[in-house]
Amino acid sequence: MTAPLPSRRTVFTAAAAAGVGASFLGLGRPAAAGAFAGRKLVVIIQRGACDGLSLAPPIGDPDYHGLRGDIAISSDKALAIDSQFGLHPKLVKLHDLVMSGQARIAPAVALPQRIRSHFEAQDLLETGGAQLYQSTTGWLNRTLQAVQPGQTLTALSIGAQEPLILRGPAQAQSWSPGGRLNDQTNRVANALMDLYAGDPLLGPALASGLQTEAEADAINGGKPLNGADIQAFANTAAKFLVAPGGPSIAVLSLDGFDTHANQGAETGQLAGRLSLVDNVIAGLQTGLGEPWKDTVVVMATEFGRTARVNGTHGTDHGTASCLVLAGGALKAGGIIGDWPTLQQARLFENRDLAPTLDLRAVFKGVLIDHLGLDRRRIETAVFPNSREAQPVTGLV
Amino acid sequence: MADKALIGAIAVTRFGLGARPGDIEAASEDPIGWLRAQIQREGADQPVSFPLPASPPPKPLAPTPVAFGAMTSAGPTPPEAMARMQGQAASASSAPLYSAAPPPSAPLAPIPPRSDFGAGRPLPTMEAAWRTFQQYRDDIKGAKADPEARRLAVIPINELAAEEALARARLASSAEAGFRERWALFWCNHFTVAAKNQDTMVAVGPFEREAIRPYVFKSFTELLLRSSMHPGMLLYLDQAQSIGPASVAGQRRKGSGLNENLGREIMELHSLGADAGYTQADVTEFARALTGWSMANTPNAPEAPPGAFLYRDNFHEPGPRTIMGKTYADEGGQQAVKVIVDLARKPQTARRLARKIAVHFVADDPPPAVVDRLEQTWLRTNGDLAQVAVALITAPEAFDPTARKLKTPNDFIISSYRAANFIPVNPARDVVGPLNALGQRPFGAPQPNGWSDVAADWAAPDAIVKRLTWAQGFANANAPQGAPQDQARAVLGERLTPRTLLAVSRAESRSEAFALLLLSPEFQRR
Repeated sequence: MTAPLPSRRTVFTAAAAAGVGASFLGLGRPAAAGAFAGRKLVVIIQRGACDGLSLAPPIGDPDYHGLRGDIAISSDKALAIDSQFGLHPKLVKLHDLVMSGQARIAPAVALPQRIRSHFEAQDLLETGGAQLYQSTTGWLNRTLQAVQPGQTLTALSIGAQEPLILRGPAQAQSWSPGGRLNDQTNRVANALMDLYAGDPLLGPALASGLQTEAEADAINGGKPLNGADIQAFANTAAKFLVAPGGPSIAVLSLDGFDTHANQGAETGQLAGRLSLVDNVIAGLQTGLGEPWKDTVVVMATEFGRTARVNGTHGTDHGTASCLVLAGGALKAGGIIGDWPTLQQARLFENRDLAPTLDLRAVFKGVLIDHLGLDRRRIETAVFPNSREAQPVTGLV
Repeated sequence: MADKALIGAIAVTRFGLGARPGDIEAASEDPIGWLRAQIQREGADQPVSFPLPASPPPKPLAPTPVAFGAMTSAGPTPPEAMARMQGQAASASSAPLYSAAPPPSAPLAPIPPRSDFGAGRPLPTMEAAWRTFQQYRDDIKGAKADPEARRLAVIPINELAAEEALARARLASSAEAGFRERWALFWCNHFTVAAKNQDTMVAVGPFEREAIRPYVFKSFTELLLRSSMHPGMLLYLDQAQSIGPASVAGQRRKGSGLNENLGREIMELHSLGADAGYTQADVTEFARALTGWSMANTPNAPEAPPGAFLYRDNFHEPGPRTIMGKTYADEGGQQAVKVIVDLARKPQTARRLARKIAVHFVADDPPPAVVDRLEQTWLRTNGDLAQVAVALITAPEAFDPTARKLKTPNDFIISSYRAANFIPVNPARDVVGPLNALGQRPFGAPQPNGWSDVAADWAAPDAIVKRLTWAQGFANANAPQGAPQDQARAVLGERLTPRTLLAVSRAESRSEAFALLLLSPEFQRR
């Protein structure tokens, strides 16, 4: 099945009353001259299926506490957004952003295909297909090629492994802390460039890596970075984006969200990961500095977790989860998409939060409105077969 | 097929963990025989604690040839399957499955005279490792909020993890039988148990030694059962506490119940594959069948020592279970055994594993002929992994001179150590540090599908720069004496290209020459 279309109405939101709710008709603003200068997009993938019902607990939903038992986030500990939703108590920084109109949640999103395998679902999330195995390249990589003639859009992945979302024919940069070069390695690198000439994999990768490393050196003033400090790490990633000639898009992955046992509530396993999430967002904001006002951060996971707590104080693989948007470029607004409620009869397969919004609808809306990309190209090259996932417009 | 020397170089590098000086020469006499002799019913070699014994007993390259009927296969492989394998072996081609050992190749690399890691201990069994964990748990409880006491409490756990990582790297760096070790590491990764918490941190080493290594040349059915039942796996995939809602314990304890993680991953990752046509209902039914598979965790319990597998009948969901159209009667703990035996023997499992082995050893997009050979052998022998290994090393398509596989970070570092005749001594400097930097922390696969096996995941620009900086640092400290050109020939044999040879000979220092060799396209690939 596919997710039902979101209605024009966003429930539980003051913003809808104020006329800031989503509309689904716009074609996106035309790209400005010089195109992407200044506009930044950060995509964060939460791997392992992040529990949306803990990230943004629906404290106003009468069934929430009953289903969740000892892993429910208590209403007085949750950081309230409105009468219906809160954020996990570890998401302090994100909560500040929500309250100042610089972050929003989409609490019941899912992929177009119902899958409960992490690995298949992550593949689908990153390839952007309507179904599995329709594509082997990442949708952000295809986005790099979906620009107008004469425009260049560039991207950077943060981390030692290149994520599928950026994989494909367009070369993307990648970076992680610790690869420092000196005169000797530069000499070896020069000889290697000869050896790698004509090697379609190693040649371009080394050339790009050396260039990024030189930039990292400039950004950090030659000081090494402690890779264990996640906030400093996100901070540096952000500085790449705002460096002269820096990429417009950055991708990073966070893992450890597969909380089958002892998930915890206000503290514990998941709380630790969410604290990391908060630090990453804080690090991005400080690293970006003033250009934060031109930035959108999208954070998504492959699927949600079961509505009920399982037998081992955790949750199993579910369906809908919560997507987070942040950034100074966002328009203020309430929750994105409808809330299906946790009533027994509304649960998907009597076990999961039901999706009301296709993840691709949000991604498409951001690409069209924030990066000014052409909707038709988005729907042919980036998200093929996604017509029923009408882009959520009015986000920026 | 290309000439013998080239096949010898391919045998050592593509199927093994890379050449130590002398390895390619030794293998080139009879490359296929050299590989075949590494396949042994008794399983893979076992890592040993550090320091190694002063003079390790010489390890024979191959067991005495034995007939299939004489081979022991403890566990559930039924006699009729063994009989079938016997028949197949007798009617197989002229080459015997297990040939006599070729003459031993180069002697074991010298062991570095001193260590900066302190005295070694025997690597623990699961039960011994669990005592370390229990001690840690008690110490942390006693430490409360005192940061110094908490720091001290975790030291034994971290030391054990470092010792395990070092032992594994030392075995790989020094193994005579490189193919045997690669085959073992393939299965360790297929059945990933990762150190995600302190409990899995102590369990992963025992898991690989007890549940994987002894069974990698036995039947896949047995390997799958051993892996699924080991406490390391039960902890990693949250099975130990899964309780049937209608079981005795489920009726008594409110808020307890089913955990379907292990059931799902056995079906999706360890056997059938996600596209095999099973449903969520099958997963849930399998999870119900698995209830009761647990681990003893109470001191002085009469049934089993803490850390051992324990079937808890009071956790077991009563009743028959229907999985993929077949109904399994309630036989307590045996119910899940029956399901797993069937999963192991499904054709979807054969197809999926045949492809996965080919992707690991031959190419990211392997020739269909190799996959077919492996699949046919698998189906014909009911997943006899020794015969599947033979099918791999005798597949002509697997010896294409074009090297298509990029080494993973672990295999890049290990093969560099072998090229330098270096055996790691310092776990942080030689193993954990570099593998962290290259994105492949020992025992640290981020998800239960294990480490990726394809180049696209390991060839990001940043990853290539990290290989460069690590290789230069390693070469500065450890580039061997002697002419760099000779080292290049010894390490790559006939696979060495004139271009790399020229670059190596033109380098301005011995260490830069050695770094270039390690970074050359033909060393990076296999």
